[in-house]
Amino acid sequence: MQTQIEIHAEPLNIQQCIDWVMSPDSGGIDVFIGTVRNATKGKTVLKLEFEAYNKMAISEINKITKQAFKQWPVQKVLVHHRTGTLQVGEIPVIIAVSAAHRDAAFEACRYIIDTLKQTVPIWKKEFFEDGEVWVAAHP
Amino acid sequence: MEINILAFGIAKDIFGVSSISVEVSEQGNIATLKALLEERYPKLKQLASYMVAVNNEYAEDKLIITERDEVAIIPPVSGG
Repeated sequence: MQTQIEIHAEPLNIQQCIDWVMSPDSGGIDVFIGTVRNATKGKTVLKLEFEAYNKMAISEINKITKQAFKQWPVQKVLVHHRTGTLQVGEIPVIIAVSAAHRDAAFEACRYIIDTLKQTVPIWKKEFFEDGEVWVAAHP
Repeated sequence: MEINILAFGIAKDIFGVSSISVEVSEQGNIATLKALLEERYPKLKQLASYMVAVNNEYAEDKLIITERDEVAIIPPVSGG
């Protein structure tokens, strides 16, 4: 049971994340890579800006990964989230999970990204040609 | 007592700064603080929702705040 959680402004490194979760007793690795999409509801997105309440975000991610270890027989769990300005195609989040068998890895990985989006204090601002908006802020 | 409040995301835009200080009565709780803030910053009420975190944990309305606490406004999150 090992966990690595990082939040920082430098570009995320996919290979490093995969290497970290890999282990001889694993039968598979499930990786979720979030990428910046070029449009929202048909409007062209120019770039995104991510802001995090770092200390609390790490503590909330830690709760999620602990829960994942409780629910599924997974071996290593990694969550890296980026902050700052990201261009289209760049990577804001990587989640990597290794397990002896694939079901646990798939399910835990899905649980982690879904829950992260609901509870972790990180915010995304979308920049359009005609303005900018904090995602989900208003009903 | 004087409570320092951190703001993130749209809350930072609403306050115009990343931290503000408000005078809260002794034994004031989260509900008291929210009412005070909404009076001073009515735009908070237009948000889909918002939470208050105390010492890096989401706080219930009944929680009493003290001067030593780290208090933050958490507007709807949108990470990932």
